Amino acid sequence: MDMKYDMLLLRFGEFMLKGKNRARFEKTIITQVKALLKPYPGASLRKEYGRVYVDLGGESHTELIKVLKRVFGVMSISPVKVTPSELDEIVKTAVAFMDEREDEFKEGTTFKVNVRRVWKEFPHSSHEMNHLVGSPILRNFQQLSVDVRQPDIELRVEIRDQGTYIFNETIPAVGGFPLGTNGKAMVLLSGGIDSPVAAWSSMRRGLEVECVHFYSYPFTSQRAKEKVIDLARALADHAGTIKLHLVPFTEIQTAFTQLGQDNLIITLMRRSMLRIASKLAERERALALITGDSLGQVASQTLPSMNVIGRATDLPLLRPLVMMDKQEIITLSKQIGTYDISILPYEDCCTLFVPKSPSTNPNLRIVDKIESTMSHLPEWVDQAVELTETITLHAGETSVVTNQTDDNGMKDDWF
Amino acid sequence: MKYFDYAATTPPHPDVVRTMAEIMETQFGNPSSIHGYGERAHQLLRRARSGCAAAIGVKPEEIVFTSGATESNNLAIKGTALRYQSRGRHIITTATEHASVYESFMQLQQWGWDVTLIPVDSAGVVNAQQVIDAIRPDTVLVSLMHVNNETGAIHPIAEIGKQLKKKAPRVLFHVDGVQGFGKMEATPAAWGADLYSLSAHKIRGPKGAGLLYVRSGVELTPLLSGGSQEQGLRAGTENVALLVGMAKAMRMAAEDQVDFARRTTVLRDRLMATIRVIPEFELNSRTEGAPHIVHFSYPGMKAEVALHTLEQLGVTISTQSACSSRSAEPSRALLAMGRDAACAAGGLRISLGDEHTEEDVALLEQALHQMVAQLRPLERRM
Repeated sequence: MDMKYDMLLLRFGEFMLKGKNRARFEKTIITQVKALLKPYPGASLRKEYGRVYVDLGGESHTELIKVLKRVFGVMSISPVKVTPSELDEIVKTAVAFMDEREDEFKEGTTFKVNVRRVWKEFPHSSHEMNHLVGSPILRNFQQLSVDVRQPDIELRVEIRDQGTYIFNETIPAVGGFPLGTNGKAMVLLSGGIDSPVAAWSSMRRGLEVECVHFYSYPFTSQRAKEKVIDLARALADHAGTIKLHLVPFTEIQTAFTQLGQDNLIITLMRRSMLRIASKLAERERALALITGDSLGQVASQTLPSMNVIGRATDLPLLRPLVMMDKQEIITLSKQIGTYDISILPYEDCCTLFVPKSPSTNPNLRIVDKIESTMSHLPEWVDQAVELTETITLHAGETSVVTNQTDDNGMKDDWF
Repeated sequence: MKYFDYAATTPPHPDVVRTMAEIMETQFGNPSSIHGYGERAHQLLRRARSGCAAAIGVKPEEIVFTSGATESNNLAIKGTALRYQSRGRHIITTATEHASVYESFMQLQQWGWDVTLIPVDSAGVVNAQQVIDAIRPDTVLVSLMHVNNETGAIHPIAEIGKQLKKKAPRVLFHVDGVQGFGKMEATPAAWGADLYSLSAHKIRGPKGAGLLYVRSGVELTPLLSGGSQEQGLRAGTENVALLVGMAKAMRMAAEDQVDFARRTTVLRDRLMATIRVIPEFELNSRTEGAPHIVHFSYPGMKAEVALHTLEQLGVTISTQSACSSRSAEPSRALLAMGRDAACAAGGLRISLGDEHTEEDVALLEQALHQMVAQLRPLERRM
């Protein structure tokens, strides 16, 4: 497109009906918009009566639409051209707008002009303006005809004191609730395809999400950890910022392999992970845990497994993907930009030590008994929480955090 | 000696040299190894990739590191041809491309491909409509340089990209960006380019490092078989030190681009004015062209004699482009622009860099006047 737009108009979604929350919800959206705009210094934000305007300030409108479509609670976005509130200018721009879309016109394409006169001093009424703008469009584009009820194209004109806004495209955005307006939860982020999608689905429903990842160095590699950092960063491209808790899990995991109960390893591991995540949730004041479980997908996601594993935590255990097909999940993960990272081949601790026949129907009594014989387990859980390192990732970051644990002699000024 | 041949190559920036030396000394790991040495090399490579991607506004995973633009151009053209030959066997370029593009096309022609060479006007610029009109149902690729390396002529890349997207969205669009990056705005994704080649040593980075932008979704057949480096598109252990050096050079060039263009345009226009008033010379570059290249002819005088005379007078400029200046053939680009053989064989190029000042240019102008004074008695007897 050649049209040089001046700003973007962001419209809010369903939550706006809830009267008293409105101010809080708007504020949340604005915070997220600001976080996502960080990498675009030219753009700036303006709030007005239940809408947010982003002045492009020379930034690419296609690029910014791509980014701002991700803001939770935003229903749609329109690129807007601003003209002086003078008849000639308005008509000229309106025709240019239609010219932009001429490729799509076929014989019989319909349109309508929808003028709102917010600034009452403007000498022509909305009704007059519909004609004053519509007639030159009809003259210029012979293929078009007017249909005021169900037009293919609706050209919107809002006449205001300080300028007239003209727009016609309405690009659907992600919708949902503003980030965090329904509280905070901890998501168990593995490295696979499902858990990032679970995290995103939760964020869309208004949850602020912090990620917990378990690693078992030296059984899992540095690259596997890096992959999870990349996944969290991809989520930050939606949320603005994301906290990632990296939990050392080697000790607990290797202890389970010594028990001679290989078919229960996954069950036991998952239960310990939930315990650690619950403690982190308590520390971070999160009120639920989220997993990427999808019913029946693997042994740990059968109903009996979910029952035994889920009992390890008192917190609500949210499973946004539980009834979804794998293909639906994959489609979503491609849309949110995590798929390509998820399919990188590094082993994570959930794929390690997987027994030949993991139990699909674990016995709660036996599991409880095994755990009670492991006197050090509660201690290890506490230790894992204590040794957890936390990093914060921001939208638009591409560079890699270098190895946090040792001084590796690398210098920032090389770049 | 003052050096005015930045379009051939540039002196690597001292910060780039220092960075590369430090990395060679301390970070020698193979980025494909999974131990600590490899891990650190891998991290450096990732940061280099992110940096290069940011400098041209694309995603890191769209960058393929190569040994330079010649390799990038070969991979872009032959890799596309091999991958998409089932779509057809017709490819389009111009008559004034760099040898690495032109010869790749000629090789494909020998392999049975149909090649269309679009002519250029007297300013060396291709007509966008003519490119689009050359598209056929069996066209696979259009390859075009952003800025011509000999004359500085700028092709209407954005316009062609836009038209291609509209009229022939399946035809891939490759842009050789070597002489444009750092001198003018370089936004391959916004132009609609599917492939974009760059070289580090034209922007004060090292020789032996380059990249190819490959838009997400475009597949290429690799030319080098081996390991799975660079997403399987370019086997071979990556030269981490050079690639970090390139990332640094690209960042600096991108940051300085607007200022660079402003500074060199002033110097270029001044040089053009001088060349216009020397009756022996014919100016081939236009003010609409790139800000750092001034090309002119000295008809009747062998270009290499002019070059060596100027060298004795303390300034270095170039005959044709460096890649073909050792051949005595008249310039392909100048012939395509409609110049006669005498003019095309006597082509001289001045190319400016970020360090040049008014004083440097004054020195060059003085040398040009003096050269003509010395050679005038010998004209047409050479």
